[in-house]
Amino acid sequence: MIEQQTVTIKVCLGTAGRASGGADVLSIFQKLIQLNGIEAQIDKKCSYTKVGCRGFCSKDVLVDVIINDQKVTYQSVKPTMVEKIVTEHILKGEPVADWLTKEDYESFQTKQHKIVLGPCGEIDPESIDDYLGMKGYRAAEKAISKMRRDEVIKKVIQSGLRGRGGSGFSTGTKWEICKSQADSTKYIICNVGEVNRPLAEGNPHAIIEGLLIGGYAIGSEKGFIYIRERYHLSVERLRLAITQAKDKGFIGRNIFGTDFCFDIEFSFGTEAFICGEETALMESIEGKRAMPRVRPPFPVQKGLWGKPTVINNAETFSNIPLIIGKGARWFSSIGTKESTGTKVFTLSGKVKNVGLVEIPMGMPFRDIVYGIGGGMESGVALKAVQVGGPSGGLIPASMLDMGLDYENLSKLGSIVGSGGMVVFNEDDCIVSITKFFMEFLQRESCGKCPPCRIGTKRMLELLTKITEGRAEYNDLATLERLSGLMKTSSLCGLGRTASNPFITGLNHFRDEYLAHVREKKCPAGVCTALITFSIVEDRCKGCTLCKKVCPAGAVSGEVKKPHRIDAAACIKCGACFKACKFKAIKKQ
Amino acid sequence: MSNDREKQKTVRLRINSQVIDVPEGRTILEAAKEIGIYIPALCNHPMISQSGACRVCIVEVNGTPVTSCTTLVEKDMEVITNSPYIEDLRRDTIDLILSDHPYDCMVCQKTGECELQELAYSYNIRKPLFSGERRIYDKKDGNRFIERDMEKCILCGRCVKICDEVQGVGAIDFAYKGFGTKVCPPFERDLDCEFCGQCVMACPTGALVGRDWIGKGRYWKIREVDTTCSYCGVGCSITLHVKNNEIIRVSSRPDSVVNKGLLCVKGRFGYGFISSPDRLKQPLIRKDGRLKAASWEEALDFAADKLKKIKEAHGPDAITGLSSARCTTEENYLFQKFMRAAVGTNNVDHCARL
Amino acid sequence: MIMEQKLKAILDTHTKTRGTLITLLQQTEAVFGYLPEEAVGWFSKKLEIPESKFFGIATFYSQFHLRPTGKNTITVCCGAACHIKGADKILHELRSALSLGKGDDTTQDLSFTVQNATCIGACSIAPVAILNNQVYGNMDAEQVVKLVKGFEKEGEYTGFEYD
Repeated sequence: MIEQQTVTIKVCLGTAGRASGGADVLSIFQKLIQLNGIEAQIDKKCSYTKVGCRGFCSKDVLVDVIINDQKVTYQSVKPTMVEKIVTEHILKGEPVADWLTKEDYESFQTKQHKIVLGPCGEIDPESIDDYLGMKGYRAAEKAISKMRRDEVIKKVIQSGLRGRGGSGFSTGTKWEICKSQADSTKYIICNVGEVNRPLAEGNPHAIIEGLLIGGYAIGSEKGFIYIRERYHLSVERLRLAITQAKDKGFIGRNIFGTDFCFDIEFSFGTEAFICGEETALMESIEGKRAMPRVRPPFPVQKGLWGKPTVINNAETFSNIPLIIGKGARWFSSIGTKESTGTKVFTLSGKVKNVGLVEIPMGMPFRDIVYGIGGGMESGVALKAVQVGGPSGGLIPASMLDMGLDYENLSKLGSIVGSGGMVVFNEDDCIVSITKFFMEFLQRESCGKCPPCRIGTKRMLELLTKITEGRAEYNDLATLERLSGLMKTSSLCGLGRTASNPFITGLNHFRDEYLAHVREKKCPAGVCTALITFSIVEDRCKGCTLCKKVCPAGAVSGEVKKPHRIDAAACIKCGACFKACKFKAIKKQ
Repeated sequence: MSNDREKQKTVRLRINSQVIDVPEGRTILEAAKEIGIYIPALCNHPMISQSGACRVCIVEVNGTPVTSCTTLVEKDMEVITNSPYIEDLRRDTIDLILSDHPYDCMVCQKTGECELQELAYSYNIRKPLFSGERRIYDKKDGNRFIERDMEKCILCGRCVKICDEVQGVGAIDFAYKGFGTKVCPPFERDLDCEFCGQCVMACPTGALVGRDWIGKGRYWKIREVDTTCSYCGVGCSITLHVKNNEIIRVSSRPDSVVNKGLLCVKGRFGYGFISSPDRLKQPLIRKDGRLKAASWEEALDFAADKLKKIKEAHGPDAITGLSSARCTTEENYLFQKFMRAAVGTNNVDHCARL
Repeated sequence: MIMEQKLKAILDTHTKTRGTLITLLQQTEAVFGYLPEEAVGWFSKKLEIPESKFFGIATFYSQFHLRPTGKNTITVCCGAACHIKGADKILHELRSALSLGKGDDTTQDLSFTVQNATCIGACSIAPVAILNNQVYGNMDAEQVVKLVKGFEKEGEYTGFEYD
């Protein structure tokens, strides 16, 4: 008797998976298998699972084909490739070797420590049964029906969990202060920021469960999920998860037979960076201009509509069920003494493997970039790593052996922030990068206080001056002075951290700044005002390619004779530089 | 209430090494003011909620800079308002504000009573250290009463709040964001409100001034005459600004009993009639279809004669007397007495129904 | 009249869901594609909330528009990861392909509105463009322009061509 085989096909349908055509890949799998009667032919039961992001987005669409517990993963699957996978692998049992993931996928996955991301990419985020199958909502049940509120809080404090969104304040302590407020109405808010999207898309129930436990712990009956309307997929999956949890009685009245009632509501934020600031976020939920409030009073004392309010982000909440379920000690055994647990980052920039990664706190930057990231893209050396979004500091190559945790980042003048990690290489100009971040922050400043409103503007103007070769040495001093003012006098975190890229950049890349200011040169060859293109005569073969691609008609010369660039006509677009096959064009 | 006040707890703290006891719930700014320590503040105003936006009132509390207008006094606080560290931060914030402000004090209506100018003076900021682009607005507001020069606006928010929280109108609000933030009426239309001018009163700079004040005289060239507004029965205290025997502006003192410095459009801006050439200064009697000047005796006789005739022909109730809220109580008393006793009717009323 | 019916419907939902001014404006933008001045005036009267508050919110958040927007929206992510992979160039070429003048974000024929987003969190497939809610990763200027041009021809979204 032939043993019945089971075939499971898991298709990544996170944002990146979808963007690369994941939905089409899935439907073609379904169509081909059904239309051709393959299930009958091979006597196999095929099931399909839409899974969330598994991080290795640069090779999306990722497809797992599991036949009788034998799992292989295909990478960069296009709809046109599906047919071959079905006929050769599923029908004949021979995987298409060329299309399987390579070593980099393995090293990308194995060097991580996935606790919150673990289920992402494995379970169907649209199925509560999948989540229940991995002991989902057991932690909530335990907390709500068997633990007192202060016991829950104590456990969270013991775990050492710190807010994964901004300044890294102890989550348990935050809850404790909020719980101790006299007001009987309290609110708890989950902020789903851009880096949290894969969590919401890959394992939304963990966020809901964490929020539920948090609500119980502080004595709140109302939770809010603050998310940008534009994150359609995240919203869809969270909404579905809430509906499913309501059906099961995990959300609603008398949860787990206790007198605890809890409801979750969405609040749709809009495109505004400032909404990452807690008090601005609350203003936004209240339907106002998101201009931060002065603290004290702190949100835990007087928050949403004047009531004590806890705000944590989705990653923080995703950790809660694990801490309650597996224990505070288990959690604090991961990471370092002061920074426990893991941190999710979007690794991007000039590394080979970009994607979503989760690392134990304290992991050296080198291991992240060269281990998980697989090293630098196209062999250009690493110049700096920037962590924490636009207001994070720049960490130079010489400090790569430092571990990534709250303490070290703070020492480096950076922040953990929401969890962006961008790798820059020697082709990137530090001044130009800093200017880019300042441009962003200046645009996103809410305008309430002068140090940020005018300060970011002045910083941007000075940085622009530097990139255009109009700056004097004094301008650096002015920038430093301005940074100091903004750091201490700004009303909120945006202004206070806005100068981080500049200060860290100046500390570690002073020479690069001085080259711009004194010699009017951009060593990385990025700042167009400071570079000139010229042709090295003895290298030029006179192939005329540069002349053809030049949009400004600045290149002249006859065939097979050295060409010349007219500096006055050159618009410095770099087209010739890229086109030349003989490295005959010099960029200075 | 009085009992509560007696019971109200005080906290002891130190401000610039002076030990003081302050009732709980006061801000550091208020506490400092009480002992004569001046802390500059641009967004703070006693009539509106605090926003802590301008960052000028920062002080050191136990070594950490905080805004004194929003921080409440606490036991054993060690407040320093004037350390070089704080003064530098303050100076630089003011410098930044000035870097986005037109340097036209010599022609600005607000010169001499501008809070920003005062700070520039006391911190000796001749030319801002931080210079760069400043906001340029081409559109000028076409309303009749209030000159709005938003290039001079420092976005302290006093006008927005006083309009919303005190006047309950909400004619203006912050719009846009970041460097482009601007206080304006909806859709940047011309201001169309009650024109009470509370915003003008609260504005620390020359961004909001009375349109009719412009060019009429400097603050220090005027003589102030305190009087009572004659428009209605509320009796707001007003201060006339007199130059060369002409009233060039009306204001009201914040400590005025009735109106706490607030006024309405008439009281604040409706003073033009006083020296208007069209103003009626003597009685006129219409003769042959034209109004001709007459003496008071002539006019009174004429009126009395007509009243008598009407009374004789139609009875006293054919006559109604309408007095003015702009008369004093005594005058109004006399008027109703006249209507009742001399004319013989109860038909008497006055116009205080604004 | 039709306008008023639409506004009534929005206001009904707003009252039922106990929304905020932001959600009210979001619904209005969803119906009209922008925030008509008359709509704001109408809501202001009905809710007895000054128009200035609406205007303040509408101009604070970049998702709101005060002028009609295009039938289709294309958003170029300009976050850090996308920036260093050339988002600026994409935006620039896209704008010139659609002949957008300085300061404009919508084409004359109201077919496209071009926006730039702060990080949308898809850094791993940077640079990213979003056409009517569909995210496209690993873009370059040529591809984005092709996306828009193909779109123009067909008049509606036809899906992405895989090679």
